[in-house]
Amino acid sequence: MTDATRQGGLLAWIDARFPLSKMLREHVTEYYAPKNFNFWYYFGSFALLVLVIQIVSGIFLTMHYKPSAVDAFASVEYIMRDVPWGWLIRYIHSTGASMFFIVVYLHMFRALLYGSYRGPRELLWIIGVLIYLVLMAEAFMGYILPWGQMSYWGAQVIISLFGTIPLIGPGLAEWIRGDYFISDATLNRFFAYHVIALPLVLIALVAAHLQALHETGSSNPDGIEIKKVKGPDGNPADGIPFHPYYTVKDIMGGTVFLIFFAVVVFFMPEMGGYFLEHANFVPANPLVTPDHIAPVWYFTPFYAMLRAIPHPFLGVVVMGAAVMILFLLPWLDRSPVNSIRYKGPITKVALALFVVSFIGLGYLGLAPVTELYTWIARVLTFIYFAYFILMPWYSAIDRTKPVPQRVTS
Amino acid sequence: MSNDGVDLKKRRFLTIATSVVGGLGVVAAGVPFAASLRPSERARALGAPVEVDVSRMEPGSIQRVQWRGRPVWVVHRTDAVLERLPSVEGKLRDPASQVLQQPAYAANPHRSIRPEFLVLVGSCTHLGCSPSYRPEVAPADLGPEWQGGFFCACHGSRFDLAGRVYQGVPAPTNLLVPPHHYVSDTVIRVGEEQGAAA
Amino acid sequence: MIRKLAIAICVVLPVTVFAADPLVPLERANVDVTNRAALQRGAALFVNNCMGCHSAQYMRWNRVAADIGISEEMLAQYLQVTGERPGDQMRIAMPAADAEGWFGLAPPDLSLVTRSRGTDWVYSFLLTFYVDDTQPLGVNNLTFPMTGMPHALWEMQGLQRAVFSEPADGGVPTFDRFEQVTEGSVSPDEYRRAVRDITAFLAYVGEPVRAERQSLGMLVVFFLLVFFGFAYMLKREYWKDVH
Repeated sequence: MTDATRQGGLLAWIDARFPLSKMLREHVTEYYAPKNFNFWYYFGSFALLVLVIQIVSGIFLTMHYKPSAVDAFASVEYIMRDVPWGWLIRYIHSTGASMFFIVVYLHMFRALLYGSYRGPRELLWIIGVLIYLVLMAEAFMGYILPWGQMSYWGAQVIISLFGTIPLIGPGLAEWIRGDYFISDATLNRFFAYHVIALPLVLIALVAAHLQALHETGSSNPDGIEIKKVKGPDGNPADGIPFHPYYTVKDIMGGTVFLIFFAVVVFFMPEMGGYFLEHANFVPANPLVTPDHIAPVWYFTPFYAMLRAIPHPFLGVVVMGAAVMILFLLPWLDRSPVNSIRYKGPITKVALALFVVSFIGLGYLGLAPVTELYTWIARVLTFIYFAYFILMPWYSAIDRTKPVPQRVTS
Repeated sequence: MSNDGVDLKKRRFLTIATSVVGGLGVVAAGVPFAASLRPSERARALGAPVEVDVSRMEPGSIQRVQWRGRPVWVVHRTDAVLERLPSVEGKLRDPASQVLQQPAYAANPHRSIRPEFLVLVGSCTHLGCSPSYRPEVAPADLGPEWQGGFFCACHGSRFDLAGRVYQGVPAPTNLLVPPHHYVSDTVIRVGEEQGAAA
Repeated sequence: MIRKLAIAICVVLPVTVFAADPLVPLERANVDVTNRAALQRGAALFVNNCMGCHSAQYMRWNRVAADIGISEEMLAQYLQVTGERPGDQMRIAMPAADAEGWFGLAPPDLSLVTRSRGTDWVYSFLLTFYVDDTQPLGVNNLTFPMTGMPHALWEMQGLQRAVFSEPADGGVPTFDRFEQVTEGSVSPDEYRRAVRDITAFLAYVGEPVRAERQSLGMLVVFFLLVFFGFAYMLKREYWKDVH
């Protein structure tokens, strides 16, 4: 027995072998976060909470689910009816999927509002966009698993998109499906992606996201660096230790979030057909397309863009570009200030229009196609891209307000 | 930031109270997840009681049925077999069935409700192999002492024709008698006590 | 390649053109899945009138008995007429291939019909059969035009004729009213109640856990509110430090 164990007990013993205390200090008790976080800064914690909820509920679902075209649909009903508490676990997981996107969209909006993507946080932002991409893949593959009509035809549409790529498209689509149509083989491999491959990537990216965050330090609603002004103790004067201040605050906020979550799970698990679509209560039938198909709500903004473009492959390109352009954001913003609080009227209008276009496209993606809607979708797609493409110009010429030295409350 | 005038007592109380209530919540949330691992309604339906018709069983014959995925034997014992049962008691580990390996109504010398029909779960109490039914007396492979019974080929455990274990074999206890009852003169319902059907 | 593109376009740009849209607005079913008497009547009607052709294969008989409040003896006596075991699923004996020969399409399993189509649809569908000699089975349906299903409850409801008003300009005729052709064995109000009971039972079958889900939900939300009280006080206490 060493001296360290005798003096410091178990913790010292561990610390001599593994940097437990050091990690706790760096990431929790002595991670200094700006003291002026507002409502928008809850969503990062919520996203982590939903990730945990999805992983735990997902593990329990895999114990009863059968990834085969013959049994999948029935195994979901088996979970809903025969497995003790299976209904609750399934509703938690299905609600969690939509909640994940709500939280992530609001988290990303926060970054737009306060310029959280700007230097030195470019990598933090890029990792975040990667998380968003993986999350979309994860959600898409998960949606196939119940093997209902929407699962089937949604997969059909999305995989057909890959088929529109010139030259390699048809081969690529076949390779993704592992068959000439969406089949048992497709379901089986998507199950593997959904429960193993993508969650591993997702967890790794989330860890990298947090590591990058703690390296640069959190931004804040004023968009200024709290590290620039240090207090007498050498810590940021406007920073407070994450623990206990933000742990207790996030517990409080997380409880409110869980109340919303529980209300959906227990009182409106279908959410009027948006979280669980009506047609997905009919088993997959390769011969009959449902009367009206639309992707789940969180994909509809991009789906609306796809439909607005008359050429299939161009539509796919536009849809892909809509996500990819997010990667460039840190270098598109030329404003001398970070936060919307100190940005000028043009930027504010641009952001408002962007939000309107995104929500508008989301609505149109759910609605049946009409000529009028197609034209509106085209206008909104144009606005969506204009927000990014014109940013180097309008962010540079826009009026700005003076930025304070210290955070404001 | 200042720590002047902090009511540490209140802080400690609130921390503990929140932790306790939150901990209760986490435990309560864990219950459905743990409970989801219990046998499902399908497993219960598949494990429902099984009815065995014994009206056509020749004396000396055995009928094997499956109940909850395990072999259940119904043996029609001859009078000769029943008469021989007491003769081996000296070599048995638990001749009076004192270990709870049977419902109360089978805790008798013949370990059954009606003497002629023996109902047993056919899994060796050693490591779960299914013993073979060897009713013959003194066969070449089991030796001259053998008075008829069940022999487990896995590790050589021996049981008599009431499922009672012999001394000096690996199996620790007698074979299990499952809950069962007679729904009629000739039909045995395995897996359910008398009057359990609601 | 061109074909693939064409398929992709068709799939990517779906339009609602399928002819099975209701010709009349759906009637509100207003079912109450906690009304056990209605569920019991609905179960009996469903088993006797629908289960000749339709299964409810994800539902177990003993679950139904427990949830709608009848004993397993009553279950065996009144509902399980073909001698199933209590834990069996509500399947039917008719082979799907035969059914396809008779009706053109195998009658669908109804376990989830209220979740895919809604209770109002089921309720309206059972109310809007009418005599139509142009149809192979002699009946048509306003809620599901050209349905392949015969009017299974015709003896109860009697037969009715649909009167369509022909617009003067020769446009599409619109439904005006029903006219009774033959009397049913029950009054129109009783028939409505019977159909509502069947719908209630199917709504229950669609999600048997619904009532439990909602009552547990109240408890969970209440607990979270209490916990929020503690979390809020704790947060306020610590944040006194932050100025």
